[in-house]
Amino acid sequence: MTVRKNQATLTAEEKRAFTAALLELKRNGTYDRFVTTHNGFIMSDTDSGDRVGHRSPSFLPWHRRFLLEFEAALQKVDAKVTLPYWDWTADRTSRSSLWAADFLGGTGRARDGQVMDGPFAYATGKWDITVRVDGRAYLRRALGAGVAELPTKAEVEAVLAMPVYDTAPWNSSSSGFRNNLEGWRGANLHNRVHVWVGGQMGTGVSPNDPVFWMHHAFVDKLWADWQARHPQSTYLPAAGTPNVVDLADTMRPWNDVTPADMLEHRKFYTFDTEPSAASQR
Amino acid sequence: MNTITRRQALGTTAGALTVLGLTAAATTTSASASPTPATPPSGADRVEEVYQGRRIQITPGSGGGHHGGHHSPGLPTVRIDGQELHVMRNADGSWISVVNHYETFSDPASLARAAVRELQGATLAPFAPMGGAA
Repeated sequence: MTVRKNQATLTAEEKRAFTAALLELKRNGTYDRFVTTHNGFIMSDTDSGDRVGHRSPSFLPWHRRFLLEFEAALQKVDAKVTLPYWDWTADRTSRSSLWAADFLGGTGRARDGQVMDGPFAYATGKWDITVRVDGRAYLRRALGAGVAELPTKAEVEAVLAMPVYDTAPWNSSSSGFRNNLEGWRGANLHNRVHVWVGGQMGTGVSPNDPVFWMHHAFVDKLWADWQARHPQSTYLPAAGTPNVVDLADTMRPWNDVTPADMLEHRKFYTFDTEPSAASQR
Repeated sequence: MNTITRRQALGTTAGALTVLGLTAAATTTSASASPTPATPPSGADRVEEVYQGRRIQITPGSGGGHHGGHHSPGLPTVRIDGQELHVMRNADGSWISVVNHYETFSDPASLARAAVRELQGATLAPFAPMGGAA
């Protein structure tokens, strides 16, 4: 059974296996197909039109399915590898071991934002940015430059306390858990982390930075935490909503999976720390 | 055209591309300048400016346009050195672009300037990213 672990707890060997699997997916072309898919959705998901991957209720089940597909690709390379998650409420500075040279490498240099160390630095020749929105082929970051602070534990707690999954008009102006977690409303959780990392993570081609997967694995864990705290709440809307993926509607691009299929993460993986139910807090 | 002089004076490596971009942009501007300004409210005013050595052009939307399939006609066309920047309007009236996609801006001009800062002199890729659609 796949267990997703906090990245801060990985052994040196687990870090090596994870980065090696990423580099192999990059080498064989699989990786960039995920970047292309993400950018295609982010450019076409609109508040007033069809929306599937972002700014809509299916933000969470869409990314859960997207990560499952990516994790399966990693496991084809190395069956021991699972997606780690980055708890950015705890590991909240550029000095975190996450950004060390033996894992993701650090922030970009001042002149051009280029990441200069770690397995994904351009000079290694193994991590060319090919699906891109501008001419630059090197991985970039500017940790903490676009916004000073990552979300705090208290800010996350306030969002986890919201009892309603999502509300009409089911977009970036909605109230409710999903949009406050996504970050278009309120304290801004998920969106702010993209901005804090900077570089490609701030763009539509954000999966170019491997931290994308660890960020979304933690957002996904927060969804599981929320479910445990609100067992009476469920995915909304239920049915009949134009432009929006209802509970039993299939999601593009797979067309064979619904939000209902994605509600129970334990069908696919568990976390090193499983969410505790509200009554156990 | 002292703006071109200034751009050339900067001596960026993208000089050749810039000249091409400016040529294309000038053509577009003259073509779209003739219709009457009776465009629907799009939240965007026409902008022509040089910011940090880059030419920003914003043409208010007039319905349809390049965003075929979107339900938001009237999106402005934003160009940087002649290359179109993919932009999107949020329900609350704020704006995002493909190079600042998780951070909102109050109007297309500040969005375009943020894109210029983010690009650090790099040229925008053609509208659709390499690799095709999803």
